[in-house]
Formats: sequence, structure tokens, C-alpha cells
Amino acid sequence: MSEVKKFLYVNRKAPYGTIYAQESLEVVLIGAAFDQDVSLAFLDDGVFQLTKGQDTKEIGLKNFSATYRALGDYEVTKLYVEKESLTERGLTLDDLQNIEYEDEDDDYAEKPSIRLVSRAEMADVMADQDVVLSF
Amino acid sequence: MAYDVNGTTVEHDEEGYITTLSEWSKELADIIAAAESVEMGEEHWAVVNFLRDYYEEYQIAPAVRVLIKSIKKSMGPEVGNNKYMYELFPYGPAKQACKIAGLPKPTGCV
Repeated sequence: MSEVKKFLYVNRKAPYGTIYAQESLEVVLIGAAFDQDVSLAFLDDGVFQLTKGQDTKEIGLKNFSATYRALGDYEVTKLYVEKESLTERGLTLDDLQNIEYEDEDDDYAEKPSIRLVSRAEMADVMADQDVVLSF
Repeated sequence: MAYDVNGTTVEHDEEGYITTLSEWSKELADIIAAAESVEMGEEHWAVVNFLRDYYEEYQIAPAVRVLIKSIKKSMGPEVGNNKYMYELFPYGPAKQACKIAGLPKPTGCV
């Protein structure tokens, strides 16, 4: 087995205006099969991807927001959300979906996957990666 | 290309996955299973029902690794292991069971 690399998928766009958000999620799910250390970052309009209560009926697109809650099953458990991006858009953590994972090393306790970080902390998260992919 | 369910046609793609997910029924599942040479027993249905529930909740068909892990948790290790799941669905528990369950091909399957 080759060395595990740290992958960060950076999401900056609103979920439905373009295909980026859905494509990013798809790549994450496929990539998760390769046993790498995967994290996701949400900043700028990308924070809208995680909002709860999305309804796509009127625009005729699939509401894929439920799929973020499946990420824990794929052992993707680190979703970094930039605090400033939320605030600039009048959002708080309460506007986002509750996304949890089961910690196998802690008797399958359910733990939150979303980690709120400041802009400065987000820079550190990015600097710490081997591979950064932007969507 | 289409399946025939008591005189109603249900369109499917070149690999046999149905095109319109809402057209699925238990009768159709039996027909797809027969076309795949799978005889549906209680455990086959349990897997198919699990996949449909998972899709309903998360809007994706889980990858085989995730499927087997989840089945192991809900039905125990006698069913939730690679060997047994491949006995139930010889052409791949995710791929083949999803087809029978009327779901899209699992994400990550090529």
C-alpha cells in the first residue's frame, strides 16, 4: 500500500447554478474508495451547499444535499466551513444540516463532521494538504 | 429496450438499469432478477429493501464497501460479508442488487 496522501476538496460555489458542487461530491465519493485522507472545505458561496431545507422542485434538478449526510459512511468526516463566509451571507451553523459520522474507535459514537474554522485557520488547513482540488 | 410487467413497459438502459426510478415495483424486481438469473429469497429482498431505503435517505446508491459494512451492522456478520453477499448477487452486490432495486448504478462503479 502506497503512502496515504491528504486530499482537500475546496467548494466555493452555490449548489445549483453550476454543476461544480455536484461534481465535487461525486469525485469525493469515488475518491473515498482509495483510502486517502479526505477533507472538504466550504467557503464563499460554497457554504450554501450545506444549508438545510433545500427544495429543488421548481428548478427540476435533483436535491443532492441529502448525500452530504452519507459522507460519514465513506469515512469522510472532516468538513471545514469558513466562519467569515457564513457571516457575510447572514448564515450561522444553525442554518446548516446536521452532518455526523460514527467514530469506530469510540464505540460508534455519533460526532459532528462540520468544523467551523476562521479564515486564518482555513489557510492553515490548506497549507497542511498534499493535494488541493478546487471546485 | 424495456421490461414487460403484466403488459406495461418499463424502459431500461443498455445495462438493464431502469430509466425512470418511480416505475419500480416488486413485480418488476422479480422480472429483473429473473433476467439476471437471481432467485429472490428473503435475504435478497432484505438487501434490495436496504438499498432502496438508503437511496431514499441519501439520494445515492452506496458503494459496495459501504453496503456490506451497513448490512453487517443491521443483519449481522453471517450476511454482511463479502463472500455471502457475492453468493446472493454473483455479479456484484452493489451493481446487481441496485439494478434489481430499480436504482441507478452505484457511484464509483465503472
